[in-house]
Amino acid sequence: MLIWGLFKMALRALWANKMRTFLTTLGIIIGVASVISMISIGEASREKTLDTISKFGTNIITVRPGEKKTRHVATDKVDTLVLEDAEAIATQISGVTGVAAQVQRGAQLKFRNKNVSSTVRGTGKDYDWLANYQINHGRYFGESEIRSSRKVAVLGATVVKNLFEEKNPVGETIKIDGNNYLVLGTMVAKGSLRWFDPDDQIFIPITTAQKRLFGIDHIQSIDVQAEKIDDIKRVIADVEVLMRKRHRIREGKEDDFYVQNSAEWLTGWGDAAKSFTYLLGGISAISLMVGGIGIMNIMLVSVTERTREIGIRMAVGAKRNEIRQQFLIESILISFLGGTVGVVFGIAISKMVSSMGGWDTAVSLNTILLAFGFSVVIGVFFGFYPANKASKMNPIEALRYE
Amino acid sequence: MITVNNLCKSYRMGPNEVLALKNASFTIENGDYVAIMGPSGSGKSTLMNLLGCLDLPSSGIYQLDNQEIQNLDLNELAQVRNKSIGFVFQNFNLLPRTTALENTELPLLYGRIPDSRNIALSALDKVGLADRATHKPNELSGGERQRVAIARAIVNSPSLILADEPTGNLDSKNGAEIMGLFRSLNNEGVTIILVTHETEVAQEAKRIIRMKDGEIVSDQALAKDPASC
Repeated sequence: MLIWGLFKMALRALWANKMRTFLTTLGIIIGVASVISMISIGEASREKTLDTISKFGTNIITVRPGEKKTRHVATDKVDTLVLEDAEAIATQISGVTGVAAQVQRGAQLKFRNKNVSSTVRGTGKDYDWLANYQINHGRYFGESEIRSSRKVAVLGATVVKNLFEEKNPVGETIKIDGNNYLVLGTMVAKGSLRWFDPDDQIFIPITTAQKRLFGIDHIQSIDVQAEKIDDIKRVIADVEVLMRKRHRIREGKEDDFYVQNSAEWLTGWGDAAKSFTYLLGGISAISLMVGGIGIMNIMLVSVTERTREIGIRMAVGAKRNEIRQQFLIESILISFLGGTVGVVFGIAISKMVSSMGGWDTAVSLNTILLAFGFSVVIGVFFGFYPANKASKMNPIEALRYE
Repeated sequence: MITVNNLCKSYRMGPNEVLALKNASFTIENGDYVAIMGPSGSGKSTLMNLLGCLDLPSSGIYQLDNQEIQNLDLNELAQVRNKSIGFVFQNFNLLPRTTALENTELPLLYGRIPDSRNIALSALDKVGLADRATHKPNELSGGERQRVAIARAIVNSPSLILADEPTGNLDSKNGAEIMGLFRSLNNEGVTIILVTHETEVAQEAKRIIRMKDGEIVSDQALAKDPASC
C-alpha cells in the first residue's frame, strides 16, 4: 500500500517535469538501444562469417608438406606428400569417412572465344561432399575417371557464369591451358568470402592434373574428414604417426609435413568475432553509463528543489528509508522506462540494419535481459546517492527551506 | 500527557555553543490548550521542534504519553510524529500538485493504516472541506489550505496538535475561522500547543507560557468563561 503510494507520487513527480523526465530518459533510451543493436549486429556478422566458413567443413583436417614452423613460407620440402599417402590414410586409419588429395594451380580456361583465368583443382572422388559442394547440373567424376586420368572437369559456379553466362555447360568441351576437357557437371554456388571465392575454380581428377596438366608426382595437400568432431584429436595423432612411419622420419627429427585443423581455426575466428562483439557492446555500455550519470544529476536537482516536500513528509512520519525509497523509485522508473523504450528502439535498429546489410540479426532474449537489467541496475546505482542525500536531511531545516 | 523536565538544547555555531533552550520544565495535561509566546530568538521554535519530536534535546527529559522521547532513535521519532503528533504550520506546508484528500491521507500512508481514503475524507469533512477533496492547494484559498493542513494534522487522531503561527499568513476572517476550528477540536479533548506572538490569538488558549532568551519566564493559566467567546 505504501509502495503503491510512493509509486504514484514518483509518477506524479516525473509527470510534473515532463521535459526533464523525457531528456533524462532519452539518455537511457540511447544507451540501451545502442547496447542491443550493437551486440545483435556484432552477433549477426559473427554468425554469418562462421556460417560461411563452416561450409568448408569443420571436422576436416588438412595434411600439408613442409615443416610446421615454416608453414607460411615456401620451403624446399614441398614435394614430400604423394598420392599413396592419401590412400594409406584412407585405408589404415579408423574413424575417417573421406580423404581427398589435392593439387591446384592457376590456369587459362577457354570456351569458344571466351577466355578466363581460374584455379584448377585436381582432387579425388570424395572432395565434392568433403568440402560441402553440391552438384548443380551433371555429375562429379568417380573412381574410374581418376584411375584412367580422364580429361573431365566439374565447374564452379563463378566459372560457369564467366564462361557460359549461366547456360548449362554439361557435355561441352572447354580448353584448359590448350587441352580439351569434357564438362561433366557444375557446382551450386557456395558464396564468396572476402578473401577467397570458392566458386571460382574447376575440379578435375587428381591423376589427370598430376600427369597431364601440371607434370608433377607429388600432391599439395590431403583433406581428411573425421567421422566425429570429438574424435578429431585422435585422428590427427594417428595421421601424424602414420605419416612419420611412411616418410621414414626417425625419432627426434622434425616432421616433413604438418596437420591443420579447420575446427581449431574456426573456433579461433569465432572467439575473435566474439571479442569484437563485446567491444561494441562495451562501448555502447559507456553511453548507458553516461545516461546513468544524467539520472544522478537530475535527481540531485530534484532532491534540492523538493527539500520542503521532504521536510513535510518527515514531519508527518516518513522514516528515512521511506524517503530514500521514494526517490529510488523515481530513478528506477526513469531507467525502467528508458530501458523499455530502448529495447524497442534497439530491436528496430537491428532489424533496420539487417534489412539493409542483408544480415539476419537475431536480438536474443539474453541481450534484451542484459540491457534491460543493466539499465535498472544503473537506475538503482545512480539513484542511490541522491535518494540517500534526501533521506539524510534534517526535517527542521528542510521545513524551513525556501 | 506531556512532562518536560530540565529540557536543554544547544547548537554549535562555528566555535560557539549557543544555548537555545535552558532548563524548561512543565507539565501539560491531556485536553489542555497552551499558547507559547515570546519574541523571535526566545527559544519557542526550539521548544516546538523538541515537543514535535523533530529534534532531540541535548539534555533533560521529555515524556509524551509515558514515552521517554529523549531515548528514541530517528526511526522511532518518526513513528511518534506519525502516530501522536499533528503539525500545523504558518505557511501550510501542503504538497503541491497533490489533492487535498491525498495531502490529508499522507500520514495514514506512512502509518500503513488501511482504509486511509475514507478516514482522510472524514477528516476533511470535519474541517468542512469534503467538497474540496479533489482540489489541489493552488486551487484553494489560504484559509482552505490551512484547514486542509488541520485535517492532515488530525487524521491520525494524535494526542497532540502543534500549531506554529497558524494564523500568521491569513486575514482576520480566515484566522478567526481557524481559531474556531482549534477551539472545537480542543472541546473534543485534543491537546493543542500553539506558538504565536499575537496576544489576541494567545487569549484563545487556556494557558500561556511566555519565553525569553531560551527560558520560560511565566506560565499562566487563563480564567475561562465558556460563555464569553
